Amino acid sequence: MDKIFRVNMTDLTSSVEEVPANWAGLGGRALTSTIVAEEVVPTCHPLGPNNKLVFAPGLLSGTPAANSGRMSCGAKSPLTGTIKESNAGGTSAQQFAKMGIKALIIEGQPKNDKFYSLHLTVDGVKIAEESELIGKGNFAVIEALEAKHDKKIGVITIGQAGEAKMAAANISVKDPDSKIRSHGRGGMGAVMGSKKIKYITIDSTGAGAITIADPEKFKVAARTFAKALLDHPVAGEGLPTYGTNVLVNILNEAGGLPTRNFTYGQFKAHDNISGETMHDTIVERGGKTKHGCHAGCIIQCSQVYNDKDGKYVTSGFEYETIWGLGANCCIETLDDIAEADNIMDDIGVDSIETAVMFGVAMEAGILPFGDGKGVIRLLKEEIGKVTPLGRILGGGAGSVGKTYGVTRVPVVKNQGIPAYDPRSVKGIGITYATSTMGADHTAGYTIATNILNVGGFVDPLQKEGQVELSRNLQIATAAVDSTGMCIFIAFPALDIPECLPALIDMINARFGIELTGDDVTDLGKNILKTERGFNLAAGFTNKDDRLPEFFNVDPVPPHNVVWDFTDEEIDEFWNF
Amino acid sequence: MKILVKLFANFRQGRFKVQEFELSVTTTCAEVAAMLKIAEAELGVVLVNGRHAQLAQPLREGDTISLFPLVGGG
Repeated sequence: MDKIFRVNMTDLTSSVEEVPANWAGLGGRALTSTIVAEEVVPTCHPLGPNNKLVFAPGLLSGTPAANSGRMSCGAKSPLTGTIKESNAGGTSAQQFAKMGIKALIIEGQPKNDKFYSLHLTVDGVKIAEESELIGKGNFAVIEALEAKHDKKIGVITIGQAGEAKMAAANISVKDPDSKIRSHGRGGMGAVMGSKKIKYITIDSTGAGAITIADPEKFKVAARTFAKALLDHPVAGEGLPTYGTNVLVNILNEAGGLPTRNFTYGQFKAHDNISGETMHDTIVERGGKTKHGCHAGCIIQCSQVYNDKDGKYVTSGFEYETIWGLGANCCIETLDDIAEADNIMDDIGVDSIETAVMFGVAMEAGILPFGDGKGVIRLLKEEIGKVTPLGRILGGGAGSVGKTYGVTRVPVVKNQGIPAYDPRSVKGIGITYATSTMGADHTAGYTIATNILNVGGFVDPLQKEGQVELSRNLQIATAAVDSTGMCIFIAFPALDIPECLPALIDMINARFGIELTGDDVTDLGKNILKTERGFNLAAGFTNKDDRLPEFFNVDPVPPHNVVWDFTDEEIDEFWNF
Repeated sequence: MKILVKLFANFRQGRFKVQEFELSVTTTCAEVAAMLKIAEAELGVVLVNGRHAQLAQPLREGDTISLFPLVGGG
């Protein structure tokens, strides 16, 4: 039977509890958001004792279902002040699920200034004081813990940025190659730092296989599902060959690649940083073009990027990071961006927030546009060493904008806007404005339908159909985020009719239930409403569902368009 | 008329990245793809001057046409 592991950091105790009936059918984002909404006072300080940090594997995590190894992490965000769910690959979701840990809830705060670690086994949680690894980067933490335990140990850790409670701090999760995947967005690392937990180790010794109520039905559905993933050109071919970075050239051609801190929609050096160039560079240097973030991933969008001498530099080298430091900061060499990516993983900062922040920092004159070596120096010497300037930078794009009086600050609810300009790709602007998470492209990825011709086509330059598109995708995404599935299963799910029913069949076979497609849509709607309810109670209103002013008044070339939705049109989003 | 053709991802294999062509005035997007032996089923996205285009759209002097297989990321 699944259990809830609860840790109280105020009195340093832990307990293993029964799963309440109303949480039993939930997983991933549905569960973290439900727990946060039920147990966290919406007006609490995100870094105080009343916030809670929750980890939950998805409904299908730990089963043989392809691409089901994602873990959700939730809390009130110190970056946005909203509820937050951020999910990541790595090994921990499957370990949790197999160990019967439905969720780990961390609450309270130590009264002293010491740091601690948590050690999870099938029997419960052991809390220990930690001093040796304090001040260390994430790679050193993983290395030391593998040496102390063994290669199979699961690790969830924060770097120097999380220890210092910076709002851009992320939480790192060990992947199958002992490298790092991240709960990136929303400053979850700062919440873990505020609980004074440097790392969590997971020893899954004694964990059995997941019980599946109807194994035969599950097997059939899992096969159909995997076939849909492999048959779709995006999931089966494009992503494993070029990675997510294939998007640089298409967004550039469509005029939606934010460049020089969201001043232009095209980048002259796009070819240097494109997925095509990256693919050729990886092959030439003996890296890997395919790589999964968790065991059981059959899409393999990740990769291993080596330097000129064939030495490992980074993996999980994503479009968002490459766009952010490339086009948005005008850095023209992939090698500098790769090195920065590695340092961001090590010190533990979100590579989207940090890349958007550097665009604002360049506009502020802290360093010139295009200065890749400057970015590397500021990451290592200022953020990594927690200097006063490092704290300003580590506070994210909004923090730097405020401190330096910059007016072009691309954030919604203080979270940095990712790699698609909302003026020339209007659907994604609705997602940025209305997402319960602050600016988040994954919350309702309209790029699929606005740019990529997946799930039909809605013209990115027109307003018609965008609110409905974003709403449908945000509802579906909230449900998918609860299954433990990678969001890229959405590409086949939007195009191949057998894909989504197979996903629902797997959930039904796993739990012996009879969910319909409508039930899953209702689950998505309920999650969004629960999250929105938390945000309203925390003090947010519809006036917070807006893009920064400069998008209304500065036309973005080459199409020379502005953000032209009225407040009433945006607010239609919540009409469901 | 002069038309600039840009190819992306695996469309570049055995072809080119960017090339200018002299084409007759009635040429459509579909005819450019056919000329390059790219099957319609392989085509994911067709942009003309940065805007999504239908295959039947005729091109005009000085247009840039960009051809992509179905790709994605995020």
